[in-house]
Amino acid sequence: MLEEINQAEREALEALEAVGSNDELQAWRSLHLGKKSQLKQQLKNLGRLSPEERPVVGKRTHEIRQRLEASLDARRDELEAARIEASLAAEALDVTMPGRPVRRGRLHVSTRTLRRIYAIWAEMGFQVYRSRDVESDEYNFQLLNFPRHHPAREMQDTFHTTTDDVLLRTHTSPGQIRVMRENAFDADGTPRADPDPIRVILPGMCYRYEQITARSEIQFNQVEGLAVGRRIRMSDLKGTLTDFARRMFGQDTRTRFRCSHFPFTEPSAEMDIECFLCGGEGCRVCKHAGWLEILGCGMVHPVVLANGGYDPTVYSGFAFGMGPERIAMLRHGIEDIRQFWANDLRFLEQF
Amino acid sequence: MKVPLRWLEDYVDISLPIEELTRKLTFAGLEVEALRYVGLPLPENPERLEAKVAGLEWDPETVVVGEVVEVRPHPDADRLVLADLRLGTEQLTSVTGAPNLFPYRGQGPLAEPLTVAVALPGARLIDSKTGEPRRFEPATIRGTLSAAMICSERELDISEAHEGVILFGPGSAALETPEPGTPLADFIGDVVLDIAVTPNMVRTASIVGVAREVAALTGSELRLPSLDVEMTGPPTADMIRIDIRRPDLNPRFTATLLDGIEIGPSPYWLQLRLLLAGMRPISNIVDLTNYVMLELGQPLHAFDYDVLVERARASGSEVPTIITRMPDPGERLETLDGVDRAIDDFTILVTDEMGALALGGIMGGGESEISDSTTRVLLEAAAWNFINIRRSTQAQQLSSEAGYRFSRGVHPADAPRGNLRAIELMRQLAGGTVYQGLVDVYPQPHHDSVVEMPFGEVERALGIEIPREEVIRILEALEFGALDDGDMLRVTAPDHRLDIGEGVIGIADLMEEISRIYGYERIPETQIEDAIPPQKGNPELETEEAVRDLLVDLGLQEVVTYRLTTPEREARARKTGSEPDARPFVELKKPISEDRRVMRHELLPSVLEIAETNARRDGLAIFEIGQVFLAQEGEDLPEEPRRLAIVMAGLGERGNWSRGEPKELDFYDLKGTLDGLAEDLHLEDCVFEAAEHPTFHPGRCARLRVGGEEIGVFGELHPRVRAAYDVPFARVLAADLDLEKLQAAIPERYPVHGISSFPPVVEDLALVVDDGVTAAAVESCISRAAGDLLRAVELFDHFRGEQIGEGKKSLAYRLTYQSDDRTLTDQEVAAVRQQVVAAVEQQLGGRLRS
Ligand SMILES: [Zn+2]
Repeated sequence: MLEEINQAEREALEALEAVGSNDELQAWRSLHLGKKSQLKQQLKNLGRLSPEERPVVGKRTHEIRQRLEASLDARRDELEAARIEASLAAEALDVTMPGRPVRRGRLHVSTRTLRRIYAIWAEMGFQVYRSRDVESDEYNFQLLNFPRHHPAREMQDTFHTTTDDVLLRTHTSPGQIRVMRENAFDADGTPRADPDPIRVILPGMCYRYEQITARSEIQFNQVEGLAVGRRIRMSDLKGTLTDFARRMFGQDTRTRFRCSHFPFTEPSAEMDIECFLCGGEGCRVCKHAGWLEILGCGMVHPVVLANGGYDPTVYSGFAFGMGPERIAMLRHGIEDIRQFWANDLRFLEQF
Repeated sequence: MKVPLRWLEDYVDISLPIEELTRKLTFAGLEVEALRYVGLPLPENPERLEAKVAGLEWDPETVVVGEVVEVRPHPDADRLVLADLRLGTEQLTSVTGAPNLFPYRGQGPLAEPLTVAVALPGARLIDSKTGEPRRFEPATIRGTLSAAMICSERELDISEAHEGVILFGPGSAALETPEPGTPLADFIGDVVLDIAVTPNMVRTASIVGVAREVAALTGSELRLPSLDVEMTGPPTADMIRIDIRRPDLNPRFTATLLDGIEIGPSPYWLQLRLLLAGMRPISNIVDLTNYVMLELGQPLHAFDYDVLVERARASGSEVPTIITRMPDPGERLETLDGVDRAIDDFTILVTDEMGALALGGIMGGGESEISDSTTRVLLEAAAWNFINIRRSTQAQQLSSEAGYRFSRGVHPADAPRGNLRAIELMRQLAGGTVYQGLVDVYPQPHHDSVVEMPFGEVERALGIEIPREEVIRILEALEFGALDDGDMLRVTAPDHRLDIGEGVIGIADLMEEISRIYGYERIPETQIEDAIPPQKGNPELETEEAVRDLLVDLGLQEVVTYRLTTPEREARARKTGSEPDARPFVELKKPISEDRRVMRHELLPSVLEIAETNARRDGLAIFEIGQVFLAQEGEDLPEEPRRLAIVMAGLGERGNWSRGEPKELDFYDLKGTLDGLAEDLHLEDCVFEAAEHPTFHPGRCARLRVGGEEIGVFGELHPRVRAAYDVPFARVLAADLDLEKLQAAIPERYPVHGISSFPPVVEDLALVVDDGVTAAAVESCISRAAGDLLRAVELFDHFRGEQIGEGKKSLAYRLTYQSDDRTLTDQEVAAVRQQVVAAVEQQLGGRLRS
């Protein structure tokens, strides 16, 4: 009797080895563990056995049943694992094929550069003040210490309009006067006793009467800055602008200041930075000089302070001006300034 | 200003290497733009000089000084001569066709040998024909060996002149003739500094002016040229009278007279200095007016005195009278450049009783100029109002060296200096006798500024304490008077400068002088000590930038266009036959090109042009934010409102291997973009309504209103407008919005809703309505009928077809109901649905689609 059920176990386990699918597994299960299986039959026949044999065979039958069920589970897992394995292989992708492009927008490179400049100055307490593009001769020149027919006007070729004394601003400096006057006078024109100090930057589009070439444009952005207070010195100008240069161009940036001339500042200077492309070694962009001209600056001329309503015996200040397009050209190696307003999307999409 | 170093060294010793000198000058505001090496070796790292470097080095071995001892005829050629040269011990023969050697031909050994520049075999020179460098090699010319070459200026790269060879002539104090065989570079080799003179620094448009700066920067001593004149003639005052009618425009006029001159070429040293300084030598008298102008900065004018006398006699007087005055109406003058000029009423003239002689301070007239037969010279040195001179030079479009200097301000004290210096040099070089005395009419003496400057001001303005002695040294080196008066420095401006003010302006002027000579690099870097001013922010800019960011998030590329355009270009964006734009433009008086002549009225046309620029693309979605310019009646300055324009066209996405055909953008893509913008700006009470506009397709144009305020229009371009642009897209979508109104509609704050923890009930409802009923009407009807439980309405299908009947459409909505405090029951939802269907039936004449 025992021999028979042991034989049945061996046969069942052998058959299980050959099972290759879930359906076959199902069939194997009903054949070897189902109601009509040999094991069940043996259990039904248990009563016919002698009292000595009965517990031995019963125990053995139970053992075999457990063993077969465990083997069935193991085989099922094996089959499932093999099935997943096979389908994964079939689902493999060519990961080198290009991804689906997402349509996305971008800011114009000038906006991006302006924002970077705004952000740096904002942290130093300089807020943005904007003023008009079409200006009067008075604000664009006279109040900034360029009298009529003054030779300094030759430095700025101007677009005049058909209205006398109305022109396209050649720099954002007229905003200096506007912002000073806003602070120095009440709305009704009464001078304030103790006007607030000023720290602003003045961005905006400026215009010059120049042929459009790879190097010059009729319109360009400018960002001017103005700081006015009771104790502002030329050393503060150097320190503040050097801080800016380090934030804009890298912490190791060195600056130098050369004497220059602008009618609305005195003393005036040009600030150069050590070329950030070659680290001062000399390269094509810095024309092998190792230095790049970045901005003009100076101490606010007393005439300009007075025109703005700030008493030059009490207040002093500094001003500076830079060109975001020029900075972007240097940073990105752009060789033709006309690309900024041509707006070829192949150019703009690179930023 | 071109400054030859040898000339500069007449007035100041230069101990610095040229690189260092260049750097010092540039940093002090005299930017050295270019360096021209004349014969001397070029620097090894020219780039480091930060100035353009050019020039030709003369090899000391092969380019030397020589002497022509005899000029013999060429045996076989009339147009050539044989010049026998002595170079130290060596004797060589050069075959040359130089015309200025022909006069010496066949004279036998010359009593006075001619000093010339000689090139020996291997010398690198400029080829006179090609202008390119080449090496000189000996050659047999018409049967005679030419073992050396006598050089012209062009071959040595001194000037373009090649009509003859250089003949140095007899030696002089300025140019001592060296031994034959001496390297030419040792004799006349030079470096010319080309300095960019800023408008405030016209005092450095002179060699002495630059020398003064060098002296201040290096601590060397300045040597001013002598003003002594040998005056042995009768009194000048008997020979000329001066009448200044407008002292404000002509504060000073001086004259000297030289009798018995001989006009001829200038000695070579003088010619060379003029050439290197960028002026062409003409003849001794004219050259000396230029020479002294370059030396001292005082322009001069030489009259042929006998012409003046003749004119005086013709008008009935014996003694000429110079009158400086405003022009008579219609007065004209033919200037030295041969132009017959109508004189503007503000231009001051130098005249005599017969009429105009010269444009004061700008250019002389042709009649009274020096000629080859002139024997008596009246030399004028005057002072002029610089604003007036600049105005006149601009009006006449006339640039001259004199006008350039006078239009920037020449101090009246320079007039006698220039006059005396020049008349003595003329006497020495052209011969003759100088009349006794300088006639000097100076009705309005100039007051030189006096500045009271507390010493503490230096630290207060510059942030560094500069020792008192150093401050005084700097000012005195620049020829300021500096009187140390305890805590106060009393400074007097030098009498060659007009750019120094008084009071606070004067102090600022002195700070510039002190800081630039002391050195900007020695000023420390500090932080502003003042408190940060009240922070006001710039909300207008902040929301503008927020709109930019949102549009970028919505997939649009920002563009920035020209603000100058033409009315015609703007008209392209309106269909023909529509009302033309009658508003006045801000128009340029003198545009740089005809297609950029007015400031734009509108933003959208500029952006549409960018769509044209990018027409080769499959599609684009771009926007710009910027000003337009609206001239105002009765106002000089225009309004400059900011607008927002969007243009979309072509494919909405790029094609890809895995996607089907990409879809062409249409009206609803643009509307979706605006929906997204409105949503992210949290605009309340946003209404889109059908609109008409000359730019847009009449059936595909909408107006956006927020809180009742019109923000702008958008839609598909009218086919005729689209056709006006060279784009391949079947449809172009565009929006033209008032950015400022849009910004004004942005709420300062917006609440957000809590998230309900009870499940929503979602139900689809297809409604059939007449075609004329808008989606907006249906949606608002649903919302009102459904009440508070309705959380979202979404149109997910739109259908027209036979099944629902002619003139009808089906709109399928997905409605989401939800409560914050309970799970909704089927009965509650059913009740709401009944209300909705009833409302649609009653209010819109619609029905539930079965
Ligand atoms: Zn570099």
